[in-house]
Amino acid sequence: MKLSGWGRYPVHDARVETPRDEADVRALVTGKRQAIARGNGRAYGDSAINLSATIDMRGLNRMLGFDAKTGQLTVEAGVILGDIIAAFLPRGWFPMVTPGTKFVSVGGAIAADVHGKNHHKDGSFRNSVDWVEVMGADGTVTRCSPRDNTALFDHTLGGMGLTGVILRAALRLRPVETAWIRQITRPAASLKDAMDIFEDAKDATYSVAWIDCLATGRNLGRSLVTLGEHASLEDLSTANRKAPFATPKTRTRSVPLDFPTFALNKFSLRAFNAAYYKAGLRQQGTRLVDWDSYFYPLDAILDWNRIYGARGFAQFQCVLPLEASEAGLSELLDTIASAGSGSFLAVLKRFGAQQSAFSFPMEGYTLALDFPISAKTHALLEDLDAITLAHGGRFYLAKDSRMSADTLAHSDARVPAFQSQRTENDWTRFSSVQSQRLAL
Amino acid sequence: MTKAPVLILGARSDIGQAIARAFAAEGYPIQLAARNAETLEPVKADIELRQNVSVSLHEFDALATETHEGFVTALPDLPDIAVSVVGYMGEQAENERDLDAAARVIRSNFEGPASILAALANAFEERGGGTLVGVSSVAGDRGRATNYVYGSAKAGFTAFLSGLRNRLAKTGVHVVTVLPGFVATQMTADMDLPAKLTAAPDEVGAATLKAVKKGQNVIYVRRIWWLIMLIIRNIPEAIFKKLSI
Repeated sequence: MKLSGWGRYPVHDARVETPRDEADVRALVTGKRQAIARGNGRAYGDSAINLSATIDMRGLNRMLGFDAKTGQLTVEAGVILGDIIAAFLPRGWFPMVTPGTKFVSVGGAIAADVHGKNHHKDGSFRNSVDWVEVMGADGTVTRCSPRDNTALFDHTLGGMGLTGVILRAALRLRPVETAWIRQITRPAASLKDAMDIFEDAKDATYSVAWIDCLATGRNLGRSLVTLGEHASLEDLSTANRKAPFATPKTRTRSVPLDFPTFALNKFSLRAFNAAYYKAGLRQQGTRLVDWDSYFYPLDAILDWNRIYGARGFAQFQCVLPLEASEAGLSELLDTIASAGSGSFLAVLKRFGAQQSAFSFPMEGYTLALDFPISAKTHALLEDLDAITLAHGGRFYLAKDSRMSADTLAHSDARVPAFQSQRTENDWTRFSSVQSQRLAL
Repeated sequence: MTKAPVLILGARSDIGQAIARAFAAEGYPIQLAARNAETLEPVKADIELRQNVSVSLHEFDALATETHEGFVTALPDLPDIAVSVVGYMGEQAENERDLDAAARVIRSNFEGPASILAALANAFEERGGGTLVGVSSVAGDRGRATNYVYGSAKAGFTAFLSGLRNRLAKTGVHVVTVLPGFVATQMTADMDLPAKLTAAPDEVGAATLKAVKKGQNVIYVRRIWWLIMLIIRNIPEAIFKKLSI
C-alpha cells in the first residue's frame, strides 16, 4: 500500500504487515525479507518504511503492568503516548519525556530516542526507559537495559529500528500533582536574547522557543521563549483544586483539504510569523496552561500536515554544538529568511548533555522547521545541511526524508561504529528506505 | 457506587474486546468469557491498567451448550449487561463441500449464542432486569451466494434476539441487536473492504454502549448499512437470484 511518513513525502508502495502478537512478528522477521517496524507513522520521512516488509506494530498495544510505588509502566511497543496519559494522568502520573505529539508510539519514541522540552534537564526518552525487549533476525527476544546487554540498549535507543523489532518496554512515569503547567512566556528581540534566556533558565523543567524564521536584520531570531513547570496543587484556583487532573477538553479540528500551494508564500508566512510574535507579546508573564495545550498544541489540529499541500513537506532539524550555536544559528536563519520559504512554526531549544551510541541530541541548540516540498526547498535544505556541517552539527533522523549518505557520514563520527555493530550483530535484516538511502 | 459487571461472551474477538473497553471506560467491571480464558491475561491487564476497573476471566465454550446453565450459575456476580460476540465466519466454499464445517458455522453463530443468551435471559427475568446484547450480522438480512451458511445462521440469531426482546419486553429485561456491517478485525484482515462501509472495532464498542444506555432495539453500527440492507432486502427474488453481490 501507499505509505509515507507524517510529512507525506516521500510516498512509497510498501508491503505492510499487521502482526497481532509476538509469534506473528517472529514469523515476519525470520523470513528472508528485509523488514522495518513502524509505529504510529509520526516520523516525518521514510524512517519507518520498508518496501518488502513494513511491520505495523499498532496491533501490539497492550499495557502489561504498572508499579504504583516506582511509577514503572510496562507496555507493548504499539501503545501510544496519549493512551498512557489518558490512563495515568488521572492517577497522578505523566511521561518523563514527551515529544511535541502525543500520537507517537512507545516503540517509535524509543527508536528515535525522542526528546522533549525538558531535554536540558532530564535528557532524552532513553532516561525514562528501564528496559526494552528487542526481537532479532533469528526471532529471539533480548531484554536490554542500561545494565544488561548494554550494547543493544545503547544502539536501540536512537537506532531508528535498525537493531531489531522493539516489542515491549518498561518506562518510568513522573508523579505530578495536577494536569496543569505553570507557563512563563518571555519575548526575545533577537537570537542572542533568546539564547541568554535559555542559559539563564537551565533550572526550568521545560523550555522551548518559537522563533520567527522570517524576521531579518535587527529582528533576526526574534523569539518567544516559554518556560514551564508542573503546577502544584497550591498553584490552582480553589475550584480547580477539587479536580486537579480535570482540564478543559481540547477541541480538535481537522484540516479538511490539502492547502493549495499558493496559500503558502513568503507574504502569508511572514504575516503569520509576525502576527504570532505580536500575539505572544501580549501573553508574556506567567499563566496556567492545561497539559494538552502546553505539550501538544499541534495535536489539536488533526492532519495539520495537510497545510503544506498535497506534495507534502520536509522537516529540517539539526543540533549545533554549544560553542558554535550562535554563529551557526545566525547563518541558518539568515539563509532561511532570505530564501523566504520559512515555516509556520520554527522551534529553537537548548539541549543538555546526551549519552548514547546513536541518538540525535548533543549539548547545544537545536532548530526545527518545515518547508513545503519543492525544487527550491530541496536546494535550500542542501544549503542548510552545509551550514550545519560547517558548524559541527548533526541531523535528526526522525525528521529526515532527503539527506544524502555523504552528508550523514560527514555530520556524525558515530556512523562507522553503528554500521559495524549492525554487521557484527546480524541487525542488517532490518532496514528502511531511509537507512538504505543513508547507507546505514 | 460500584456498578454491576458487564459480561463479554466471545472475549477473544476484536469486537468483544472493543465493547469491553467501551464499558470499562464508563467504570463497569468486566467479565471476559472465552475458551482458554487464561490466555486472555494480557487483555485483562490492559483493560485494568487503562480503565482502572476490575476484570475477571471465565472459561466458556459457546458450543458446549450443556454447560451454559452451569456457567451462568457459577458466575461470581450475575452481570447487569451481557454481550454475546460469539461467531465464526468459516469459508463459504468449504461450507458448501464439507457439511461438518457448515454445521460448525451454524452452531457457532446461532445455536451457541442463542443457548447462552437463553440461559442468561432466564436469570435476568427472574431478577427482573438487565440488558442482553447479541452481536449479529447484516449478512443475516438476506442470504447471498457468497456467505449464506454464515448469513443464515446470523439470520436465525437475529430472529432469536427479536423474539427474545418481544418475550422479555414486559419484564424489564432489554435486548439489543447489533448489526456491525464490515469491521476491520482479525477475521476480516485478508479481505479488501471498502473504507466507508468498514467500522473500526472501537466504533462497534461505542455504538453498543450507546445502544445499551439509550435502550435501542436494533442498531446498524454505520447508518449507511441500514440503507444498503433495506435495498438489498427489497430486490425482487427473480432479480436477486441473478445478481452477484
